[in-house]
Amino acid sequence: MTWFLDHVGQVLTLFLTHIRLAVIPLVIGMVLALPLGWVARRFPLAYPPIITVTGLLYTIPSLALFVLMPLILGTGILSDTNIIVALSLYTVALLTRTVADGLAAVPDQVVQAATAMGIGPLRRFFTVELPLAVPVISAGLRVAAVSNVSIVSVAALLGIAQLGSLFTDGFARQFLDPIVVGIIACLLLAVLLDLLIIALTWVATPWLHGRRAA
Amino acid sequence: MISFTDVTKVYPDGTTAVGGLTLEAPTGQITVFVGPSGCGKTTSLRMINRMIEPTSGVIAIDGRDTGSMNPTELRRGIGYVIQSGGLFPHRTIVENVMTVPLLLGWDKNKARATAMELLERVGLSTSLAKRYPNQLSGGQQQRVGVARALASDPPIMLMDEPFSAVDPIVRDQLQDEFLRLQNELGKTIVFVTHDIDEAVKLGDQVAVLRVGGTLAQLATPDRLLADPYDDFVADFLGRDRGYRGLAFASAPALAIEPETSVRLGATPQEALAAAAGRDWLLVVDDDGAPVGWVEPRKLREPVSRGFLHRGGTVARQGGSLRAALDAALSSPARRGVLVDDAGRLVGTVQARDVLTEIERGPQVSAPAEERIEDTP
Repeated sequence: MTWFLDHVGQVLTLFLTHIRLAVIPLVIGMVLALPLGWVARRFPLAYPPIITVTGLLYTIPSLALFVLMPLILGTGILSDTNIIVALSLYTVALLTRTVADGLAAVPDQVVQAATAMGIGPLRRFFTVELPLAVPVISAGLRVAAVSNVSIVSVAALLGIAQLGSLFTDGFARQFLDPIVVGIIACLLLAVLLDLLIIALTWVATPWLHGRRAA
Repeated sequence: MISFTDVTKVYPDGTTAVGGLTLEAPTGQITVFVGPSGCGKTTSLRMINRMIEPTSGVIAIDGRDTGSMNPTELRRGIGYVIQSGGLFPHRTIVENVMTVPLLLGWDKNKARATAMELLERVGLSTSLAKRYPNQLSGGQQQRVGVARALASDPPIMLMDEPFSAVDPIVRDQLQDEFLRLQNELGKTIVFVTHDIDEAVKLGDQVAVLRVGGTLAQLATPDRLLADPYDDFVADFLGRDRGYRGLAFASAPALAIEPETSVRLGATPQEALAAAAGRDWLLVVDDDGAPVGWVEPRKLREPVSRGFLHRGGTVARQGGSLRAALDAALSSPARRGVLVDDAGRLVGTVQARDVLTEIERGPQVSAPAEERIEDTP
């Protein structure tokens, strides 16, 4: 406890970096997963390869991916970009299937009605299919958020400072306090992100809880 | 007018959904496509607004080949109603109805005003406007579906089994209101159903389709019932065709006898005197509307609603022979009750008088041999 009070500033800095490294890839991954999921849903033949390939991405060990990134991107080993790109890939891996399945769960009647009313495919995607897929996509997003928070900490092994650094630091010094603080901070962050996604979903789906539109 | 000229739809796997359909859906009328599963009725409907593209043949609206039109533009000019309304669950009722007007670039206030007006027109309270579809009953959702299709006042409406997901009582009500609405609006409507009773009730003309998407018969409902083209059509129409055909024959000259009645609250003595020896006596309410029959000899206290025999149906004077006959057959006194447009008692009619009228009138029903079958 005293250790934490002595290092509040440092822990806070690590916490904020951790947020940045976990959330930016979440957003990028989400944006990339939308078209991929749409294609997988729209063209039945494309579904198996897209879902298999994105699924396989997730099986690449994170440490290996972090180490590979500088070689592929030409970035420095300590660059944040490596982490952001790698985690974006993981997010795409988790969300593509979710997006495809969420779109598939939109009632066919509703899509037919939209088409019959002269709503073109692009407009239909953004105004009808995507909003109705939000509950399913949100569930996937929550998994991806927690997963990102956890995987970011591995980057401490490469010397990229965030909450994971507390683990390497504590381990190197055989000192428990930073490790405990790091675990608590990671849990806290995961819970905060989860609550944030739940809240955003609630706001985006007024029809599911009988709230009247303004 | 919508015209089909030798229209076919063959799917890549070789299935023929529609096999050379040629017919016309006249302007301002309801044309019903009816037939068993696999007869291509929904496919035919969806080819009109190019949700499905025909393999060959031409569908034209007022002489213009739909194949040459932009599908999105075409669809915005055609109202479309499907089962359960197909409402957008994430949009409020009024937003649902405003969809097409907004797509057409209407001013938002004008679109909203029109939507509110239409909600009332289809019998919905505007207090529902800000609810979501899942907060409405099935019947209400269906009404919203109709209002939404009417929103931009399209000359053409396509309706794909719009009333099949609601219970029979609500369905009957929706059908009646739909006919009333159509009377005011005079849209060109193509209506798909698998329910022959619905087809006969709603259609100005009915197209019976066979499996494989060919036309078995195109006729007005009374012609269809009176003269089915072949066994398939006859089977599909089902039993009681002669009786059902009476729904299309009116009886202007029906022999109506005056009927003595008492009001609710009459004493047993008054009732006995009014009955003048007959077993059954008709009871009316304060407005003169028939409410049921009583047996005066069994009365021990003033007539109240609890004593009434309510088995008898009531027919409107000048209505169909079917309703008059049913009123006579269902009445415990065997005297069918006729009312005026305001629901007040006019008199009664006996079954034999209705039958006389049927035999005197034009031959509307030509009941062939009675088939004992179970048409699905």
